[in-house]
Amino acid sequence: MSRILVHGLEKSYGDARVLERVNVSAEAGEFLSLVGASGCGKSTFLRILLGQEQQSGGVVVVGDQPIVPEPTPQRGIVFQRYSVFPHLTALQNLLLVEDFRSGGPFGRVFGARRKSARQEAETMLERVGLGHARDLYPATLSGGMQQRLAIAQTLLGRPQILLLDEPFGALDPGIRIEMHELLTELWTEHGMTVVMVTHDIGEAFKLGTRVLVFDKVRHDPQFPSAYGATITYDLKLDRKHRASARDVAEVAAMVGTTRLDSAIATTAS
Amino acid sequence: MLARGTGIMQAAAGPEVARLQLSRSKARLRLINATVSRGGALLLGTLPFAAVAIAYLFASSQRLAVNPSDKLLPSPAQMWSAFSDLATVPDKRSGDLILWADTYASLIRLFAGVGMATLVALSLGVAIGFIPRVRAFLLPLVTVVCVIPPLALLPILFIALGLGETAKITLIALGVAPVMVRDIANRVMELPPELVAKAQTLGGNSWTMVLRLVLPQVMPRLITCVRLALGPAWLFLIAAEAIASTEGLGYRIFLVRRYLSMDVILPYVAWITLLAVMTDWLLVRLSHIISPWAHPVRTR
Repeated sequence: MSRILVHGLEKSYGDARVLERVNVSAEAGEFLSLVGASGCGKSTFLRILLGQEQQSGGVVVVGDQPIVPEPTPQRGIVFQRYSVFPHLTALQNLLLVEDFRSGGPFGRVFGARRKSARQEAETMLERVGLGHARDLYPATLSGGMQQRLAIAQTLLGRPQILLLDEPFGALDPGIRIEMHELLTELWTEHGMTVVMVTHDIGEAFKLGTRVLVFDKVRHDPQFPSAYGATITYDLKLDRKHRASARDVAEVAAMVGTTRLDSAIATTAS
Repeated sequence: MLARGTGIMQAAAGPEVARLQLSRSKARLRLINATVSRGGALLLGTLPFAAVAIAYLFASSQRLAVNPSDKLLPSPAQMWSAFSDLATVPDKRSGDLILWADTYASLIRLFAGVGMATLVALSLGVAIGFIPRVRAFLLPLVTVVCVIPPLALLPILFIALGLGETAKITLIALGVAPVMVRDIANRVMELPPELVAKAQTLGGNSWTMVLRLVLPQVMPRLITCVRLALGPAWLFLIAAEAIASTEGLGYRIFLVRRYLSMDVILPYVAWITLLAVMTDWLLVRLSHIISPWAHPVRTR
């Protein structure tokens, strides 16, 4: 629901440069898939968007203001691990959103507001197919169920931007396809801007409206960390005309994936 | 592969299966893989206690056979009569039932000291672990205080606070609090940054995150901390009571030491052990009630 503008973004840890000259501009409602080899800095880019880490240079604008340098309800996040609160049941995890948002100094809403929050939470649980698990703790939920819960929780926060950090990386292929459908449906319903980091090229093409590849363009053989990664390829996808197998192959070759066949298979289907 | 597998299963029908199962149950496993059944565990666990008891009974009866008025290793009957006298016969001078008066005095001191330490550990530990400015301000001090031997402070406490209850309770609190503060602070710092980031994206501020994220997450660790602290707390309690007191379990033990009254000392040590074991068990139950999520039900 908000546009994202990144200009001249740089990030270094000491001498080691991770990102350099990153420029992206995304319209509201776009779904960006970020791909790249391991350690290329795409997750760092996401954490900068989140506000968990600060850039060393450049600007990041969400909506029409530069982002606050700490996480805020403007940007929601789903991590691969630790995506929900282990000390709360599924329902309590969802209620926590309203508790944090308008619970005041106790961090808890009471009375009629609790009732309506509860109703909203229960509807959301049903929506993501977790109605039967409302009173279970995350430790007893499967990986797929935990990620459903995490997505539900993040969406209840009504973020303008949804950030996904390899959200389905630890799931079985079957569950993963289910999650793709769920995410696509929710994205169509809520219409927020999505930025997703993934290792799975097929997933990137299947879900995204745009695929961004992170890679290094400059190399110093004497000092490999002298230069950082930047966006080397920016492919706009059309919902109606899916990406051609050649595009997928091209991106896969850039990322150096070994799962090329499966990537093409997923996109073709 | 699959077909061959089923083939073997078919060939192994009937008595063959029984033979295979027998050989499986007889297989010699590595020591680390050989598990113990419930009854076996109970038996193995009881053995050392039985061994100590038998050794004591043997030594005691040997000594008593040589000298019936020997005081070093009293018989169980002698210990029981001394112990039940203390528990049921009012003291001639004060009119108190000594065992219960001692237990009450000691437990009040112990729980007051450990309780204060727990409150301090929770508030300081969370503040140090969660708020970088407080950490920079207080962590060096806490780290230094941690290495001061608390018993070396005892004379200072007696001089500054007098010989009353305050000094004893303060000794216990000072003795266990610093380590607890550090432990809680560490636990808070180990919270996954993902959870803290996520709580912020859901609208949590520093205070509500303490209430809804940090406190519930450190609660199991806090209870473990208290369980571990109770050991040193008993040590400081008995040390303080031995030096300056008029009642208490530690006081009684050191008092009757002058008369070589092993028939009182040994039951008192057993009584203290029992109290400590019960407190520990209660704390474990408490942790299950407060933080059920941290104790998933085991399937076995």
